Amino acid sequence: MTEALRHARYVLSENPVTAFAFGLFTFFVLCAILGPALVPYSPTASDTAQALRPPSAAHLFGTDQLGRDIFSRVVVATRLDLGIAVTSVALAFGIGTLSGLCAGYFGGLTDRIIGRIVDTIMAFPLFVLAMGIVAALGNTLANIIYATAIINLPIYARLARTEANVRREAGFVEAARLCGNSEARIVLGQILPNIMPLMMVQVSLTLGYAILNAAGLSFIGLGVRPPTAEWGIMVAEGASNIISGEWWIALFPGLVLMAAVFCFNLMGDGLRDMVDPRKRT
Amino acid sequence: MIVLRRLASALPSIAGVIVVTFLLTRALPGDPAIYFAGPAATEQAIEEIRHKLGFDRSLPVQFVGYLKDLVHGNLGNSLSTGQPVSQELLTRLPASAELTFLALFLSVGIAVPLGIVAATRPGSWVDHTCRIVTTAGVSLPVFFTGLLLIYVFYYLVGWAPAPLGRLDIYNSAPPFRTGFYLIDSFIAGDFETFRAALAQLALPAFSMAIFSLAPLARVTRASMLAALGSDFVRTAKASGLSHSRVVYIYGFRNAVLPVITTLGMVFSFLLGANVLVEKVFAWPGIGSYAIEALIASDYAPVQGFVLIMALLYVLLNLAIDLIYGLVDPRVRFTA
Repeated sequence: MTEALRHARYVLSENPVTAFAFGLFTFFVLCAILGPALVPYSPTASDTAQALRPPSAAHLFGTDQLGRDIFSRVVVATRLDLGIAVTSVALAFGIGTLSGLCAGYFGGLTDRIIGRIVDTIMAFPLFVLAMGIVAALGNTLANIIYATAIINLPIYARLARTEANVRREAGFVEAARLCGNSEARIVLGQILPNIMPLMMVQVSLTLGYAILNAAGLSFIGLGVRPPTAEWGIMVAEGASNIISGEWWIALFPGLVLMAAVFCFNLMGDGLRDMVDPRKRT
Repeated sequence: MIVLRRLASALPSIAGVIVVTFLLTRALPGDPAIYFAGPAATEQAIEEIRHKLGFDRSLPVQFVGYLKDLVHGNLGNSLSTGQPVSQELLTRLPASAELTFLALFLSVGIAVPLGIVAATRPGSWVDHTCRIVTTAGVSLPVFFTGLLLIYVFYYLVGWAPAPLGRLDIYNSAPPFRTGFYLIDSFIAGDFETFRAALAQLALPAFSMAIFSLAPLARVTRASMLAALGSDFVRTAKASGLSHSRVVYIYGFRNAVLPVITTLGMVFSFLLGANVLVEKVFAWPGIGSYAIEALIASDYAPVQGFVLIMALLYVLLNLAIDLIYGLVDPRVRFTA
């Protein structure tokens, strides 16, 4: 355990940007867990006497049209936004990796069918496909998650397919086969652990994309309904006030959204450097 | 011959797109007739619509009917306006296309030179700018960039016109030729309208470009670095060729292939970002049409929109393939 900690400290001190990204990530996770208990106001409590106030000591990020405290709403929204992103990426990761593993390992018909499905998803501009899916399945939060999972699925399936394909004849796989392991056991017990580091890099990179996508969908009015606090919808609520100069309503949720995506992208780049130093740019 | 083979390779994608857009309405949970009937419909009205639209027939029969409609360019009617969807999409398409292409030109025009300069001077301030732009660019939600630009350039500085559509109220649209206001007004010699249309286009196009230039700049830099580090560039330098000849003819010509491949991803970004930007700038394109329909649960326009966007995307990817073959003669022999 101390060995692992020392290694982690060494890696992080090598690359301060990655360390910063991990710090920011910890901060977001803490916000998601503790945020709702710590914020000074209720995220949905309106106080019309205090509507449209610029940032002040009482309201750090100001208040919106209904007098709700933007700081509280931004903090509370962390749980929902991270939740959507993590759930959808977990779904995409699970289904995509498994199908990609099967396609790459077994080849043949399995490969062709899975390949065709993945190609069809990739034939759409991804955000547009997500819109279509949400429109067809119904405008709910769960469907936002499914849509985000579906558009992220091809990345995992393709990566897992390539990596499994390279390893299907590898020495350690042959050895496992010779020992009498079943195919399922080889795929899950031998190949999957070997490609996990590469997959984790993708998880971090796609988390950022998933947050952007979900926020984009709720910005155009899909999924999350007012008065729920969510970053995309908060930017949308502040959009009309931008042209009359009330910048704080849209700015703060937008900045935090940006910081979250930035954090995941930096973390993904850092993880990639650790896993594969040759791809360092 | 090559062109024909490329065209044929796009057919499975087109077939996939058509099947998926069909399935999106018919085979998924929830009753499509209720969508088409609208929220206030009675039980009997829903039943009628179900019969009229053929939802009581089997799925393959419905699919054949859908294909027939497509061949005739019939995408159904919008519930809220009663207009044929295909017609509305066609009249709105030029607005979206003009915006998206301008954003693409901006994006390529900024990203490629930036990537080249960053690669020729690694570690310089240009290189660091390139790295910041590529990481920050993909992290910026495109609707948020748009709002920030509006706040700075419309509200604070006052350079940009109000973010309300393609032309402000003092200008009238140029006579229709291509539907692109920039081209139409230029042909008509109406430079006042040209300037006004460009002013309206600038902010939305920039918001989209900032979002989409990151992958391009990153790939340009990486592949230029690889090309400039190669043996043939060393030989070219040693033979005394000028710096610009080495960088642009020998280096860039070889580095351009991955950049062209990345354009596919950039198009996916741009077509998606287009929807969000149209909402922010009240742009009368197909994206805002689809959003209005989505909110009203008016399904036919959304389905038409998804289909049109996906077909455009397949065609753009096809164009990329063809350009790829032109730029790299090796592809022609191995294909």
